[in-house]
Parts: sequence; C-alpha cells; structure tokens
Amino acid sequence: MEWEVVIGLETHTQLKTNTKIFSGASIKYGAEPNTQADEVSIALPGVLPVLNKKAVECAIKFGLAINAEIPPRSVFARKNYFYPDLPKGYQISQYELPIVGKGKLTIQIGEQEKTINITRAHLEEDAGKSVHGAIEGMSGIDLNRAGTPLLEIVTEPDMRSAAEAVAYAKKLHELVQWIDICDGNMQEGSFRCDVNVSVRPKGSEKLGTRREIKNLNSFKFMTQAIEYETRWQIETLEDGGKIEQATVLFNPDTGETKAMRSKEEANDYRYFPDPDLLPLEITESYIANVKTGMPQLPEAMKTELEQRYGLSSYDSSTLTNSIAKAIYFKEVADELYELCNSSDYSAKDCAKIANSWISGEFSTALNSRDIPILKFGLSAKWLASLLIRILDGTISRSGAKAIWPGMLAVADAKREAHLKGQDIPEEKQEFSVDKLIEKAGLKQVSDSGAIEVIIDEVLAANAAMVAEYKSGKEKAFNGLVGQCMKASKGKANPAQVNEILKKKLAN
Amino acid sequence: MINSSLKQLSQMLAKKEISSVELTQTFLSRINQFNPSINAFITLDEAKTLTQAKAADVRIAAGKAEALTGIPFAQKDIFCAKGWQTTCGSKMLANFIAPYDAHVISQFDAAGAVNLGKTNMDEFAMGSSNETSYFGGVKNPWDFERVPGGSSGGSAAAVAARLCAAATGTDTGGSIRQPASLCGFTGLKPTYGLVSRYGMIAFASSLDQAGPMAKSAEDCSMMLNVMAGFDERDSTSLNRPKEDYTRGLVSMQGDKPLKGLRIGLPKEYFAEGLDAGVAKVVQDAIAEYKKLGAEIIDISLPNSKLSIPVYYVLAPAEASSNLSRYDGVRYGHRAEKYTDLMDMYCKSRAEGFGAEVKRRILIGTYVLSAGYYDAYYLKAQQIRRLIADDFVQAFKKCDIIMGPTAPSTAFKAGEKADDPVAMYLQDVYTIATNLAGLPGMSIPAGFSNGLPVGLQLMGNYFDEARMLDIAHAYQQVTDWHVRMPELKIPEVAA
Amino acid sequence: MALNITDIKSIAHLARIEINEQEAATTLTKLSGILGLIEQMQAVDTKDITPMSHSQNVVQRLREDVVTQTNQREEFQKIAPILGNGSGLPAVQDGLYLVPQVIE
Repeated sequence: MEWEVVIGLETHTQLKTNTKIFSGASIKYGAEPNTQADEVSIALPGVLPVLNKKAVECAIKFGLAINAEIPPRSVFARKNYFYPDLPKGYQISQYELPIVGKGKLTIQIGEQEKTINITRAHLEEDAGKSVHGAIEGMSGIDLNRAGTPLLEIVTEPDMRSAAEAVAYAKKLHELVQWIDICDGNMQEGSFRCDVNVSVRPKGSEKLGTRREIKNLNSFKFMTQAIEYETRWQIETLEDGGKIEQATVLFNPDTGETKAMRSKEEANDYRYFPDPDLLPLEITESYIANVKTGMPQLPEAMKTELEQRYGLSSYDSSTLTNSIAKAIYFKEVADELYELCNSSDYSAKDCAKIANSWISGEFSTALNSRDIPILKFGLSAKWLASLLIRILDGTISRSGAKAIWPGMLAVADAKREAHLKGQDIPEEKQEFSVDKLIEKAGLKQVSDSGAIEVIIDEVLAANAAMVAEYKSGKEKAFNGLVGQCMKASKGKANPAQVNEILKKKLAN
Repeated sequence: MINSSLKQLSQMLAKKEISSVELTQTFLSRINQFNPSINAFITLDEAKTLTQAKAADVRIAAGKAEALTGIPFAQKDIFCAKGWQTTCGSKMLANFIAPYDAHVISQFDAAGAVNLGKTNMDEFAMGSSNETSYFGGVKNPWDFERVPGGSSGGSAAAVAARLCAAATGTDTGGSIRQPASLCGFTGLKPTYGLVSRYGMIAFASSLDQAGPMAKSAEDCSMMLNVMAGFDERDSTSLNRPKEDYTRGLVSMQGDKPLKGLRIGLPKEYFAEGLDAGVAKVVQDAIAEYKKLGAEIIDISLPNSKLSIPVYYVLAPAEASSNLSRYDGVRYGHRAEKYTDLMDMYCKSRAEGFGAEVKRRILIGTYVLSAGYYDAYYLKAQQIRRLIADDFVQAFKKCDIIMGPTAPSTAFKAGEKADDPVAMYLQDVYTIATNLAGLPGMSIPAGFSNGLPVGLQLMGNYFDEARMLDIAHAYQQVTDWHVRMPELKIPEVAA
Repeated sequence: MALNITDIKSIAHLARIEINEQEAATTLTKLSGILGLIEQMQAVDTKDITPMSHSQNVVQRLREDVVTQTNQREEFQKIAPILGNGSGLPAVQDGLYLVPQVIE
C-alpha cells in the first residue's frame, strides 16, 4: 500500500520582550536559578497578572505578517494541570478566543509554491524548568523561565513530508526574526516546534491517529524525527498494529522517537476564562499603529524585486522565500549600483549579478553552515566590492570564486569572535578586495595585444581543432576558448578572447 | 475610648489627648484579656504593632498625620503583610510568613495606621460561621455559644467586642455583611474593582472584594478613603478619580435629610425562609427611613433565588483553580512522608486543606471538567447576567435597595457545621450583589431575642458615598451601632 | 447527573487530593446535596444569554515592558517547605526548589 504522511506544527515562539508576560521580572537568558522568579513567577498567594504591552504588539505584528484576522476581542483562559514547573497549577493561555485568527504562510518546495494554513496564534506563558540529576531521586525547579511570553502558532495539518514541514518551520523562523518578535535562538529554546504526525493510505480523506513529537529545537532533528516517526507508523500499521495517540520525544543520539511514559489519565485541563484578566480589546487604530512600525513584508518585497530590480517571478519568489536573504540581496544590489554609479551599468545589471551570486555561491556557503543569514557576518558592502570587479571586468567569475573562500573565512572568524564575545582581530577584518585581487594575481588581462599573442600560440598548437571549426563544427570554438583561458591561467578577459578569436578564425 | 468613633480617636490623637502607643496598648490589653476566649486573632505581634504606634506618634508630632494615623486596626488574615504570618485560616499556610504587602496593607501603612494583628477567618474565606478555620472557631461576643458569622468572623468579633478601633474584611458572597449582621456593626462591600485585590489571598477572583468593618458608616467612609483607589498591579482594579467618601455625611442633618430618596424593597427578600424576628427588625428600620423622608417602592429581583446555585458553581470553580498553587513545592505545607511526586501533591493537599475547602475544590473541579462545563459553568455565567440585569431594572425604579442581610440571627456553633447546604443559605441575601459586582452594606438595626440584626443596603455601581450617607442618616437617629456586648471576663485558667 | 464513588475518586485525583474510602463516601453524600442545589439552574432558559465573566464592562489594561522586579530569591526561599521524609531540611538547594524526581 502507498502511504501518505500528514503533518501539522505547533510552534512556541518566545517573544522578544524585556519582561515576563504578566509581571515586571526580567527574562534574560542564563541567569542563576530563580533569581528572575519574582512573586508572580513563583505564584505567591495573592499575586495577580498584568499583561505586557510589548507581547501584545508582537502578536499583532505576527498576525499582520501572515495576513491573519485579528479579532477585536480575545480572552485569556486558564489551563489547569499540576506540574512542579507550573507554579500556579494552571497556565495562562488563550483558548476559545485567540489574539490571532486564521492566516497563511507560503513556502517554496523546489520550484513549487505551497500555502500552509495557519489556524491560530495565541499568547501564553512559558513554564519553568526541571533540572534533573543534581540530587539522587530529586528534581530541582528553576522558575526563571516561568512566565516568559510565548506566541504559540498552530497550523492546519497541511504538510505532506518532512521537507515541507522543515520548509515551513524555516520560513516561520525567518519571519518571526524579520518582524523582530523573536530572537530565533533555537539552542536557548526561543523557537520550539511540536510536530503532529499521522499516516494514512494515499487517497484516503480520513486522518490517521496522530502522535505529537515534542520540543524539536533544530531543523536537522526535525527532519530526522519526522522521517523516523513516519517510518515507524507505517511499519506498525503494515505489521497489523494500531497507532495510539501519544506524545513522543526524539532522541538525537539514537535518531528515534519514543512515547513519553504514558499518562495515568487523559488530561482534563478544565479551561475557563481567567477571572484575574479582562478581555483584551484590539482596535483598528491600534493595529494600524503597530503596522507603521513594521518592516516590509514578503509579498510587497516580491513585487519590489520584480519591478525595481527586474528579477523574474521565479527569482523573486526564491529570494523572498527567505526574507532575510531578500533584504540582503537588496542591500548588495544597491551597494553595487552605488559603486558603479558613474559607469555604464544599470540597476538591473547590478541586480542580476547580485542575485546570481547570492543564489549561487552565497547560498551554498550558507547551507553548508546551517546558520541564519542574519548571523552570517558578511556585510553587503563587502560582497558588493567583490561583485563590482566582476562587473567591470577586472576579474572573471572564476577569479572571484578563487577569492571567495578567503572572504568566508573572515565571516566565520567574525561569528566565532562574536559568540565568544571577543573583538575581531585586525587581520580578520573585511579587507580590501582589490588588494586581494592584486595579491592573488587574478587581475584579468584585457590588453588586446597580450591576448592576441596568447591566441596566436593556441591556434598554432591546435591546428586540428581549427580545422574542425572551419569544417563547420561550432563546438570546436568553445574548446579553443578554453585553451586560451587555460594558457592565460584564467586571467584573460573571456569576452575579449571570444571577440579576437572569432576575428582571427574568420580570416 | 474603646467605643469612640474613628473621627473622635483621630481628634484625640491630633490634640495629643492620647498617644497612639497608649491607644494601641489599650486595645492590646483588651485583646490579652478577651482574645483567649473569643479567638478573634490568629496572629499577634506586639513588638511590630508598637513599633508602628511609635512611628505614628512621631508622625503626629511632626504634624504630618492623616485621618487614620495612629489608630489601631485589625487585619483579616487573608491580606499578606510583610513579615507577618499570613495563614488565610488554613493549615496549608500555617507557617507562611508573607514576603510582601497586600495593597490594602500598604494603604493602611501609608496612612500611618497601626496593625494590631491578623484576625481569624474561615479557611480560605470559605464559610459563614468561622467554623472552618484551622485555628478554631470564633465566639460571637453577644453570646459565646454562637458563631460570629463568616468568613470574616475574627474581624467581626474583634469589632463587636471592641478589641480594635475597626477592622478589614473581604466579601465574596457575604463575608463582610453577614458577620456584620450577626455581630451588630457596620460593614461595607464596595463595588467590585474599587479596592485592589493585590496581596489579598484569592478565593473566587471575580467576586472577592475587600471592605471596611467598623462601628458606624462614618468610620467605614474614613476607612474606604484609605482602601479604595487604583492599583496597576490588579488588572481588575478600576482607574477612577479618587473620591472622598465622607463628603456627604455632614448633609445628613435636620428633619428629613432623605427626602426624595426611593428605597426599593425586593419582595423576594421578604419571602419564605426569613426569620420572623429578623423581618420585624428590618421592617422597623424601613419605617425609620420613611420618617427620614424616604419613599418606599416595591420591586422584584426575580432571579435572585438563583444566586446560591450560581454562586456554588462559579465560586468553587474559580477557587479550585486559585488553590492549585498550594502544592507544597515553594511554600506552605508539604507532607512529611511521601513516596513520589504524585504522592507528595496528594498528601500535602489532603493534609493542608480542611474538609470544606476540599469540598469546594472538588465541586469546582467537577463543574469545570470535560463534558460538564456547559451545563454548569457556562450556564451559571449566563444566569449571573440575568441576576445582574435584575438590578439594572430595579435601579431604574429606586435609588437604593434594602432588605435583611442574613435570614436569621447568629446561630449556635455546630448547628449547621455538618450540613453545607443549610450553611450556604446564610448568604441567600448577600450573594446577588457579589455576582453583579454591586456595593452592599449591613448596618445594625436592632435586636431579636437579644441578638443583633442587620439591615442590608444595596446600591448601584460606585454609589458607596451615597450609601454611606444613607446609613449615616439612620445612625444619626438610632443608637444600635454604638451598642456593645457585655463581655464576661473569663476565669484565667491555671 | 448523579455522582458515584468512582467519580469522587477521579475528581479528587484530578484535584490532587488524597481521599480514602470513608472520606469518599462522606464526600459523595455532601457533594450530591450541593449538586442538588445547583441543579435548580437547569430550569432556567438561558438561550442567547451572553455569559458574564466580569461584573464591570472594562477591558484589559496593558503594562509597559519595563523590568521592575529585582532578585528576591533569598527572601522567597526562606519560606520554602521542609523537604520531608525525615530530612528536616528545607526543600531548596543551590537556588532550586526540590521535588521528587520528575519522570518524563
């Protein structure tokens, strides 16, 4: 039987605020245990919650970014359950009336676009942390994280492969950083995904029983976990087994998912509106106000890339699939245009070469490092200073490729120094590309006299190829160009080689 | 002196006829004398109390006194007071030393008032007789065999026995007004949102409201001046301009000060279930109001009979959730012996809570549980609106509503302790105002068989000043509010 | 909606309150009485009535995102419960609250 996997995501996005969602305690990462657990965080008797304005703004920004309904009224509810890291014995969340309603996010799978429907996004507070193993048989509770504002973003079960799920998660990850509501730090838990996975016979409309993979904090693990879970479910069903609804954890060491110790009873969260908080009213003018403070959104940017930069629809949607990449592209193209302002190149010429480099060499480097573009550490200005030399013929593209690893090394060193909180050593600063070209001796030979000498030598040494060309085999021409480039050690300007070679062969 | 009004005490302090320390010591010695038998206080800390009194004297000497500076008040043990044991009447919090001040406590501190001690109460304010307190029942000063009412029973007994100048209470379903009726003094539950709930240990968040418990309406108005006000730490605290609740009192003079006032009498409040003696006292009080110029109008609050069922869904539901934080992890009672986490939770909570609190947690858990929410919780919230709407209609016809506060006078200890439903009926006349969020008052209106009877006043939202005036007018022509029980000095046990 | 002993036990478990057989029986009687009282509500037609969660028709106020709290760990952990099981020690160590091992 052929199977189909059905995937939905619930993403907990930690909002970029200074303080907790319901109190004025700091949420800075890495503080000593319980030093940021104020009276509200530890739920002393008599304390009350007051909602953080910034958290509300973040949620509205997100709603605007996914073109969602933002209802005029939303309500906070209590989700009741006992757990040591949940000091009140309930989590304040939103249940029936969330702050953000239905919206959409478009992802790119190869050359295909796919729209993922977002069911809702709601504000809630995070729980604390249990620390295990410090004392035999005991867990330690740290409530610094308790009350950290989260936006839980829930999709419809719209994804049909691990690749789609990861593409969605990456796109969302970029979006929340781009609109500046989340720092995106997955190691610190600022962006965590719960993935609901079920399988069904292909063609079936009915959803299978799902299992929820909890707390995935890397895209690599997400792929592994979904692929393992899918295989496991299919094998279980093919062996005549049944899937039981369960919460599972992914073990990165074994690459397997495993059900959490089965709950003793089905959860009954007894949701009800929190009487300590009043309905949250969001007016049109408030939304408009938040909107003015927002950066350009993907749709608008796509249009701009096509109209102002002359990119094709395919190129513009590939670029806006990563907003940060699109922004980076714009910066590079603009820098480049500025650098060659006095020359004959148009903005579109600049855009073309910037796009080609960013989609090519740059993306390859980015993917192999698996880091977000915002943290890559290679300035647009510096890249533009390289691209201008291709554009003006100083170096060839292959010459530029020869310099590229040196530039990446600088970016890598910059990131590393930043992580360690160190200064970047002088020799690792973004140095002059021109000096590098000179040092590497990569400057193109554009002196037609010198090129003629090389061509004459090549023609003399490859009489057979010349004859082939003259007998009508056009392909032989490329072979001759290749020989000329080789003879010049790649430094000859290929356009000039072409021109002079053609002339000489016509004689 | 113990029977003086707050205004009189304030004047005596200002004129230096007495110092705060002397006044405080007067009450402390009465407490030492009578509290062992009445059990109105859970926690006393003379050193802390006298430090505040000394500070008040310094402030008075510096000419920076406010109306309540130097006056000793008893605080219900539901308010967190920094450094004070704050138990909420429960074993769960028997060793809980509050690390912060409730808004109400800060307000009294800022006014220079003196904290005499923390008063006994029904556990987590759940009760109408003070018999659910982990720290034992409280005697009604008018008859030691009887209960003072509840849940603010300790504050009630302390005010009635003149163990303090006045006290604070909280009222979720009648916990200020019913004891005020049973012990014969004046108590006010303000409009919901007028007094901040920050630091007041929650029972039912959408109903809880703190208020003054004192001898007279005038005393209550002076206390409300200190207690009311916006607090940004409580989302339900209302941001309104500050009012002076004493401002109208002076106009309540002359022959017919209440001329033109329309008093509504809800027929449902005088129906079956009301003790005949209580009914007589209430009717007499209404007659007195007529003499003061008021006009009497018959009204109806048709849904008020549903107050008790609605309340016993909503209050336990909120309470079951509010009381989940008492899990033995960060503070409060943890069982001494347990095997694992689940066992620790279940034992700590079984040991820390008393029977009535457990019952209400269980009801609340049940009505919120899957499959029952709509039939109970949602339904109750819908009827809550019907009950509130009755008042909206009624206040189109009248300015104030009057009736009995409680269906009977103080009952004997143990009489209803084993029958929760009978106990719940004690609040039949008071709960509706909590559900609607309206202000309610009880003022002493006479006696039935030697026991005090209270008259209830229910006003429209934010009508506290007017209600206090109306109560004050009555207290200008009657003396029920200055009647004191004769206390037997108990034999000192060896 | 009559309750039985099993219901009482499962509600008590949901509320994390240990209850023995005898207590469950007593509780059943008392809770049934209270539910009888509550049952009066079912006679009322509440179709189209908006539920009332708050008595005042006001909306949520928002707090500025400014740190106002300082570290009070020492103060707050002074009132930590006793660990239990004969230890006599407070249930805190290295700033953490101690509970029996949480199993996931």
